[in-house]
Amino acid sequence: MKQPRILMCPPDYYGIEYEINPWMSRSRGSTPEKSRKQWAALYETLKSLSVAVELLAAQPKLPDLVFTANAGLVFDNRFFSSQFRHEVRGREAPHFDQWFAQHGYIVEHLPKGMYFEGAGDALFCGPTLFAGYRIRSDVLAHQYIARAINRQVLAVELVNPRFYHLDTCFCPLAPGEAIFHPAAFDAYGRKVLEGHIPNLIPVTEPEANRFGCNAVVIGKTVIVNTGCDRLVGDLRARGYESIQVELDEFLKAGGSAKCLTLRLDGEEAAVWT
Amino acid sequence: MTAPETAASPGFVEEVEIQGHIIDSLILPKVLDEILTHGGSFVLKDIRIGQHQNDPSYGRIEVHAPTMPILREVLDAIHDHGAVPTSTQDCQVVEADMNGAFPEGFYSTTNYRTQIRLRGEWIEVEDQEMDCGIVIDPEGAAARCIPLALVRKGDRIVVGREGLRVVPAESSARQNLFEFMASPVSSEKPKGVTVREIAATMRRTRETGDRILAVLGPAVVHTGSSEHICRLIRSGYLQVLFAGNALGTHDIEQAFYGTSLGVSMDRGLPAEEGHEHHLRTINTIRRLGGIRPAVEKGVLKSGIMYECIRHNIPYVLAGSIRDDGPLPDVITDVLEAQQKMRDLIHGVGFCLMVATALHAIATGNLLPGWVKVACVDINPATVTKLTDRGSIQTVGIVTDAEPFLRSLVDELLENK
Repeated sequence: MKQPRILMCPPDYYGIEYEINPWMSRSRGSTPEKSRKQWAALYETLKSLSVAVELLAAQPKLPDLVFTANAGLVFDNRFFSSQFRHEVRGREAPHFDQWFAQHGYIVEHLPKGMYFEGAGDALFCGPTLFAGYRIRSDVLAHQYIARAINRQVLAVELVNPRFYHLDTCFCPLAPGEAIFHPAAFDAYGRKVLEGHIPNLIPVTEPEANRFGCNAVVIGKTVIVNTGCDRLVGDLRARGYESIQVELDEFLKAGGSAKCLTLRLDGEEAAVWT
Repeated sequence: MTAPETAASPGFVEEVEIQGHIIDSLILPKVLDEILTHGGSFVLKDIRIGQHQNDPSYGRIEVHAPTMPILREVLDAIHDHGAVPTSTQDCQVVEADMNGAFPEGFYSTTNYRTQIRLRGEWIEVEDQEMDCGIVIDPEGAAARCIPLALVRKGDRIVVGREGLRVVPAESSARQNLFEFMASPVSSEKPKGVTVREIAATMRRTRETGDRILAVLGPAVVHTGSSEHICRLIRSGYLQVLFAGNALGTHDIEQAFYGTSLGVSMDRGLPAEEGHEHHLRTINTIRRLGGIRPAVEKGVLKSGIMYECIRHNIPYVLAGSIRDDGPLPDVITDVLEAQQKMRDLIHGVGFCLMVATALHAIATGNLLPGWVKVACVDINPATVTKLTDRGSIQTVGIVTDAEPFLRSLVDELLENK
């Protein structure tokens, strides 16, 4: 089995410097020491699972560069660079582009005016790309991606601003299997997920608020924030082992394990071939 | 302009398109639901479903709304789901550089409902008429069809095809009368049914407050149908009349002499010195100064023109090159006659054309496509000519004028 590859960015300049989602409050800042410790725990957990972790150099004044999941969408050797809805995050894009170009990826940009926030809003489950829209990414961007990669892209509307990215309320585990928080989607979106993913594991609201859905899947291991005991139990019943890593410092910015990582070789659930 | 019936009136319309995996992602049904939820309605103009799982699908949707604010609300609601307007440009406008001619590249109109996009908003073109141009009013808030001859230097004329939308009245034209007629003209249709349907359409037209226009040829008089028309006028089933010098002359000749072109209406035989009757008729009316003075002085006491004067039915008698006289009421300048006809077409909801090719085609040219037309002629070619010239809303009845009009009057007045 090939070694999983993940891109991370150390939290050297991480902090709550602006408010672009309901989780962020400048009055509730992050403690650098704590955030560095929590990030390091995630990093070490991934290393312990034999993941090759690539590192992007942190940049001053880009506190959210740490959330590499939003860099763009990786598909094979192509990198579809994000076009962030908020200008404060738009400044991250050149750094991501540079890294991917230097590492042999074809860097592609969407037409101007289309918002697209990468793997934050686009996750493969099997050969189908599930894509969240309305809050951060545009449905037109997902249609563009569908044409570009010639894959089925099922866009689902996100209706709760607390779950502003698809990866905050949906996490594919394997082809045909995923966890999700139903209330983050409208009735159409729920029907689409239920219709296309036979094994859907719902995550309760308290655990969804702990960002239980923002998990990293490595083989049959799921790395998830602490305080998601029920989810851990449900996963165990389905044959998944969970590792709970406290990432509360990043929850202050609306992120957790998944947001802090970008899988470079395709998620566990993705079928690219 | 009178609002045409609902089905022909799209209200406020915007065409949008949507593509992607819109079927499996339920985005298409969601968009359609959103349109209805926000008070709009839609017509699916085109739908192409992808053949394979990875193939995108495509839908083109005409969104209708009763008011502009509702349309905007609907469009805002569906925009975020990827339904975007197909037309994003205003129409192009060029100032006329001379009188009596459009700028090169002008948009040539049809008789279908037309809308143009000005400053991002779709507005209805008024005075819809085929073979015209579109002029924008100086404030840029309204547009109407303008015939070639009336163009004045500096008029702002629409050119090209960007920002233009034509809405054929396809859904409306298949109702009732027009529904059962598979072919527009045939001599082998059951006349009774046709007449009943025309009568029903005339009744509905009156109920909605629209006017009925009759376009009549002289055969109406020759065949002895004058009294039928008079009864239609007296009973409120005719509000506007278009004809020529011949109809007026023969109608008055019958009132004066009991003949039509010298043939006795009672006996069907030429009257003695009958050939002089029509010219003597014209002469009498010319000496009196017109049809109205003839009625008011008690000289003209019956017939179609008499009833028109008595019931204040506006009429246009348009001249032609072969006219005798003509009657003083005849407008010999064709452009002037056209303009007068245009003025009288406002508010017309149904048009009955009987036994005239010339005036029928002239009227067909002026009528918007959503005004229903029944064309009665002994010659099928008359209806064919009319439809070939673009008046495709026409239903033809191939029959002699008199039995048709007698049945129609019976249907309207005797049975009901």
